[in-house]
Amino acid sequence: MSPLLSAQGIGKTYGTRTGCRDISFELHAGEVLAIVGESGSGKTTLLRCLSGHIEPTVGRVSYRMRDGRVLCLTDMSEAERRLLMRTDWGFVHQDAREGLRMGVSAGANVGERLMAVGARHYGNIRAAAEDWLARVEIPGERVDDSPWAYSGGMRQRLQIARNLVTEPRLVFMDEPTGGLDVSVQARLLDLIRGLVRRLNLAAIVVTHDLAVARLLSSRMMVMQQGQVIETGLTDQVLEDPQAPYTQLLVSSVLQV
Amino acid sequence: MTAQSYNFAYLNEQTKRMIRRAILKAVAIPGYQVPFASREMPMPYGWGTGGVQVTAAILTPDDTLKVIDQGADDTTNAVSIRKFFEKTAGVPTTERTGEASIIQTRHRIPEKALRDDQIIVFQVPIPEPLRFLEPRETETRKMHALEEYGVMHVKLYEDIARYGQIATTYAYPAKVGDRYVFDPSPIPKFDNPKLDDCPALQLFGAGREKRIYAVPPHTKVKSLDFEDHPFEVQRWDEPCAICGSRESFLDEIVTDDKGSRMFVCSDTDYCAERQRAGARP
Repeated sequence: MSPLLSAQGIGKTYGTRTGCRDISFELHAGEVLAIVGESGSGKTTLLRCLSGHIEPTVGRVSYRMRDGRVLCLTDMSEAERRLLMRTDWGFVHQDAREGLRMGVSAGANVGERLMAVGARHYGNIRAAAEDWLARVEIPGERVDDSPWAYSGGMRQRLQIARNLVTEPRLVFMDEPTGGLDVSVQARLLDLIRGLVRRLNLAAIVVTHDLAVARLLSSRMMVMQQGQVIETGLTDQVLEDPQAPYTQLLVSSVLQV
Repeated sequence: MTAQSYNFAYLNEQTKRMIRRAILKAVAIPGYQVPFASREMPMPYGWGTGGVQVTAAILTPDDTLKVIDQGADDTTNAVSIRKFFEKTAGVPTTERTGEASIIQTRHRIPEKALRDDQIIVFQVPIPEPLRFLEPRETETRKMHALEEYGVMHVKLYEDIARYGQIATTYAYPAKVGDRYVFDPSPIPKFDNPKLDDCPALQLFGAGREKRIYAVPPHTKVKSLDFEDHPFEVQRWDEPCAICGSRESFLDEIVTDDKGSRMFVCSDTDYCAERQRAGARP
């Protein structure tokens, strides 16, 4: 089976400044890859290149569609790319307000993707929304509430439900637990891990938190100054870091 | 009395040509919003500057013009626009729907069915149906181009979730010719079915937003809805208090400060014609 997503020599420069450069990897179905590194190391730039939000300066990202065709993102028409983003992909933002439509109810947020792909039966859309809210542990009676009335953790779970409702095969997550308190983080991670396993989702998770990487991912990439400096199985990298920077990163985790 | 110092119908010929080009393009692509170089008109934005420019561009000396505002011929906006064209174009005007060749309207489509030799011009405040959901113009254009209209249903979903029904009662979004979703201007949704397969040419002008769009004769116009919440128009429990019509759109009129009110036809010409024919409540 060919990989779900493969990146070949991705690089992005902003004028003379480098966002990221020469990054290649493959991601298979159901696999979770963590990208870790400090602020400004190019993690988010890389994620935005991979997810088609920005076009890489050099390199190619190719994706295996549901029908088995392997297409390069830049060769797709914009319509195809946007359809892909709405159906087969999900994107979980660090700030839930970016990923949600804050002006409409939680139910409408979850239902939006369904309506975008042609669902026109109110009852069914609402039932799907309620089902997904339950799966992310949001009580059913909150379905008509505005996301403004939700706590930070609930907003993040709502964002996940909104992304997963079309049963995507690949989800991009940008610091999904950023800005949440530790107990909420733990529950959210637990939830994401459960969903990823059950739905056989592939995911690319950007984080600066090594605990998130350890809990969610099977493989990880460590980035510094726009380049990948170490890559491997998550346990292996965390137990036996090779690059000096990774060693520093691992040793600087607070032990409580 | 015509003011001789103005060109026919106020606008100069170059401007009219520019607007006609936009109209032709709009007719060629039903429901598509064509940008045009909207001019300053001698009336404030919001008073129908878009509709006035479209009317000025299509008006000929042989036309008979009718102008309505909220269905009535004698309200401020209708009176001032009618006078404007009487003065600058010298064309005959009428209050009778059947006698008009061009009808400029704000908020209503006449109850009397339009014919294929008539043109109806709508004054549009906000032409973009996606605007309240997506504030970026670059994004809404892309959504139209790629037919990404799911978000329109998000609005209707939200209505049902909040009010138990589709509570949008005016400017109700519809799809033109199975392609473009458009905003039929602030007409009540009661009038939406009249847009469909209409023999008359329907032109829409938005002056402030600088857009013209059109529904050519006999074009399919389908109001958006859900399978289990189909599109419905307003209904009233009582008939018009003057002519007794049960088919027309009724306005509620408060008649004193003790809570008395009456329901009467919003289309004054339709009501008057029925009265002439002897209709009573």
